[in-house]
Amino acid sequence: MPENISRRRSAFLVGGLLSAALAASSLAWSQQSPVTPAAVPSAMLDSSKAATSQAAFLRAWTVFDSPRCKNCHPAGDAPLQGDDSHVHIQNVKRGADGKGLYGMKCHTCHQDANLAGANMPPGNPKWSLPPAKMKMVIQGETAGQFCRQLKDPAKNGNRSLPQIMEHVSQDDLVGWGWNPGDGRTLPPLNRPDFVAAMQQWVDNGAACPQ
Amino acid sequence: MTVATEFKRRDFLKATVTLGGGLLISAYIPQWNKTSAATLVDATHAFAPNAFVRVGTDDSITIIANHSEMGQGVYTSLPMMLAEELECDWTKVRVEPAPVDPAYNHSVFGLQMTGGSTTTTSEYDRFRKMGAMARIMLIAAAAQNWNVDTQTCRAEKGYVVHAASGRRAAYGSLADAAAKQTRPTDIPLKDPKNFTIIGKPIHRLDTPSKTNGTAQFGLDVYIPGMLTAVVARPPVFGGKVVSFNADQAKAIPGVVDVRQVPSGVVVIAKGFWPAKLGREKLDITWDDGPGANISSVALRQEYAETSRTPGIVAKKIGDPAGALAGSAKKITAEFEVPYLSHSMMEPLNTVVDLRSDSCEVWTGTQFETMDRLAAAKVAGLKPEQVKLNTTLLGGGFGRRANPACDFVTEAVEVAKVAKAPVKVVWTREDDIRGGWYRPLWYDHFEAGLDAQGNPVAWLHTIVGQSIMAGTLFEQFGIKNGIDSASVEGAADILYGIPNLLVDLHSPKSLVPVQWWRSVGHSHTGFSVEAFLDQVAHAGGKDPYQLRRTLLANQPRMLAVLDLAAKKANWGGPLPAGRARGIAGHFSFDSYVAQVAEVSIDKDGTPRVHKIVASVDCGRVINPDTVKAQIEGGIIFGLTAALKTEITLENGRVQQSNFNNYPMVRMYDSPEIEVHIVESAEKPTGVGEPGVPPVAPAIANALLVLTGKPIRRLPIKAEDLRSA
Amino acid sequence: MISFTVNGKPVSVEDPPSTPLLWVLRDSLQLTGTKFGCGMALCGACTVHIDGEAVRSCVAPVSRAEGKKITTIEGLSPDATHPLQEAWIEIEVPQCGYCQSGQIMSAAVLLRENPKPTDEDIDEAMSGNICRCGTYPRIRRAIHRAAEIQAQRAAK
Repeated sequence: MPENISRRRSAFLVGGLLSAALAASSLAWSQQSPVTPAAVPSAMLDSSKAATSQAAFLRAWTVFDSPRCKNCHPAGDAPLQGDDSHVHIQNVKRGADGKGLYGMKCHTCHQDANLAGANMPPGNPKWSLPPAKMKMVIQGETAGQFCRQLKDPAKNGNRSLPQIMEHVSQDDLVGWGWNPGDGRTLPPLNRPDFVAAMQQWVDNGAACPQ
Repeated sequence: MTVATEFKRRDFLKATVTLGGGLLISAYIPQWNKTSAATLVDATHAFAPNAFVRVGTDDSITIIANHSEMGQGVYTSLPMMLAEELECDWTKVRVEPAPVDPAYNHSVFGLQMTGGSTTTTSEYDRFRKMGAMARIMLIAAAAQNWNVDTQTCRAEKGYVVHAASGRRAAYGSLADAAAKQTRPTDIPLKDPKNFTIIGKPIHRLDTPSKTNGTAQFGLDVYIPGMLTAVVARPPVFGGKVVSFNADQAKAIPGVVDVRQVPSGVVVIAKGFWPAKLGREKLDITWDDGPGANISSVALRQEYAETSRTPGIVAKKIGDPAGALAGSAKKITAEFEVPYLSHSMMEPLNTVVDLRSDSCEVWTGTQFETMDRLAAAKVAGLKPEQVKLNTTLLGGGFGRRANPACDFVTEAVEVAKVAKAPVKVVWTREDDIRGGWYRPLWYDHFEAGLDAQGNPVAWLHTIVGQSIMAGTLFEQFGIKNGIDSASVEGAADILYGIPNLLVDLHSPKSLVPVQWWRSVGHSHTGFSVEAFLDQVAHAGGKDPYQLRRTLLANQPRMLAVLDLAAKKANWGGPLPAGRARGIAGHFSFDSYVAQVAEVSIDKDGTPRVHKIVASVDCGRVINPDTVKAQIEGGIIFGLTAALKTEITLENGRVQQSNFNNYPMVRMYDSPEIEVHIVESAEKPTGVGEPGVPPVAPAIANALLVLTGKPIRRLPIKAEDLRSA
Repeated sequence: MISFTVNGKPVSVEDPPSTPLLWVLRDSLQLTGTKFGCGMALCGACTVHIDGEAVRSCVAPVSRAEGKKITTIEGLSPDATHPLQEAWIEIEVPQCGYCQSGQIMSAAVLLRENPKPTDEDIDEAMSGNICRCGTYPRIRRAIHRAAEIQAQRAAK
């Protein structure tokens, strides 16, 4: 496949920002435990909570930004494929409901379950992109941008934080990311760790990284 | 494919004499019907004056096609040529594939086969004569019945008409009487100005069946009691089976047997799916052999170095070295193209019903004579005991004319162990990893320009495996160490460059190579035409105008080039970010030029918006088919220009299916215009000549856009970025 | 035993439920108009309709067909006069013809859902079907033509 320069470039940029953010967040994370709430003023507490929340989100973001999640949360209307997140080679399009168009709906090729073998179509009963009205873009976003998008009821299908938590922890299609079929890499965190990070993000005020 | 594109005409004749003496006589009557005139009315109640046509008593006209239909439209164009002289009712025409018989040998190659874009050119005279022969005999029959002079009768849309008396007799009613007539020895042909079928856009006879599921390809052949087999072949060319586990495969429900065959291990089952599942369980240990060392990266490097050394001279005009030394400006460039797979949409397959004293084979082949011989040899039978049925081909592009008869040979080997009728099916992975590729080629160029910027010296060294070496065609296709297919389109360039040298290195490899739509032209078309644009830019010339200058003595190529340039509005305004590139190429005796309109997408990949093509292929039989072939050739060439490469690492082919050997699809299919030059010259090829100019036309447009020459295919985004 | 209808006829097959529908259609039911091209849903040659929706039968387990209506190229129209079939003949789309069953079955869904498709719609609907002979420009023209035929028939 011809390589996609601009995409590679943007991936690099995101990666750069992300690693910088991660470096900062791991510092914040490591400083968290010795600080006891009683010992610090509330402003500092809030700021510490926010830092904890942001750090947690940045850890969760490594999952969102992995190909297993990102490929179906594209910037455009075409899903992505593969660990290199190239545009789906059949020129598949989202469609209003996120389920594809015409004779190229998701279920034209994707079954209710993964098919055995490398590069065989992965599957899930709910296989789809987010609908056109709620694209929930990951591709090309920074962690902060995505975080704000995720929290925005106008963009997230009017979901509350508990509902977001239910989605990331219970949704079967989200869960597919950890059971992606032969030859696909897994997200960098397992699902319980991802859900724990998200929960920590919520519990500490759902603060978004810059 | 070309069996022998560069054979000179007299070589063909020699070959014909050697392989098929008495050709013209045997052409009239197949061996299975070579008896007295009485049997000219055969079991189907038809008048069969020769091997190529039957006139039924029901007025049906059955035309027997001795060339395979693989999309190029010969199941319509062959009947058109015959029907033109037969003066039959076109709506009554049916077509039927020929059995294997010397009567159906290629009129030039002396074997029953389809390839080299030669069907029309090689059958133009014969099919018209076969139709005329039938017409003459039908007229003679009617004249005899009516007791009038044959000169007073004429044929008209399936009737013999006696104008003076107003009598008319339908061909079918004359079948019996016509069969009793003597075959004419003198068969005059129509003046082309009286053609009513040839040259008209006649609807293809096979199209309806290809829109309703009834067209039968090889894979669609099902015979009673038939099993299905898939073969596990070595992952490295030349590899051998050391051991395998038959038990696990046999445990799959539906798997009947697992056996070793010369090409690998076969799983025989009741249907494809259990056979494929069984194959996955074989757990084969292979001895890879020396092929495990093959790497494309190393090959390219080796070829590059070789290309800078002198090879065997294929063509020399003037004093190329001296002219280069004395030139005002020198340019050097190197080009490379990868191994390519044919990837016909219908994967290879063959059905074999082997009995103790007979063998029947069904397959979509381009190589009937050779495949039947191969089947007979494996089966231990005489060729006459083998009945080979040619089905429709779901694409050919050369792959189904295999010089080793690989897919038929293997299928008969499988039939020997299957002990039942069996269909061997190749998966897409088997096809893409199965070898017989277009060779990897490397081209080194040096050109010298005079003070006015005109090329005066042109030195071209080619490195690539010989296709014909080691095959039956070696004796015809290789002369003095030069495989004509390796240098076609380079040694015979039409440009008037006074000092020319083309030399060749033919390294050997375990990777099997084969003719692939346009054969050697698939690399020389690219390298010569892309290099010429670099020469033009270096000399400050417009690439189109430079070509015009160099083609001053080539009126047909010049006319084609001018037509493409005019229709593409060469030099005219374009939307921002777009450029045009032009290329022309002479192949298979036809002239083609193309202008590509190209931009670079936001993602850095080339986008081809439009290709305007012109073609001079002599007299056109069916203009719509000619257009279709050029359109198809362009898409085929576009896939090679932008998408595909077969690479090897540790001897293993790295591609496997259309995910990593991707084809041009609808969304990257450009607008295509095809313009045909009217010509009264002999018909020439159209199946392949559309392919070679595509890549260079695109490369030349990209050179304008980026200032950076394209020197390898497929064109990659990184090749478009400034250094 | 898995039961469904194919082109209106009820059938029951004994193939294992994970067997791809393609091979049930071809090997068990000998409906050979549906083609094998890649086995990975990459080429579209095997496209059929399940309850009207296009499905790549080479990757769809036959279990997915249970109780459903399957339509193959043989059953797209009772007498091969679907607007697409007529347009395909008029425009002379096929070359080798191998991929065309799949092309037509994909186009049929497009034309049903979008009676007047644009070139962009065609790109979006038809890029799952590969044609190695390169008939794309004619497929495009034939879909536009079929849309006209369909509209003319509807107007009558």
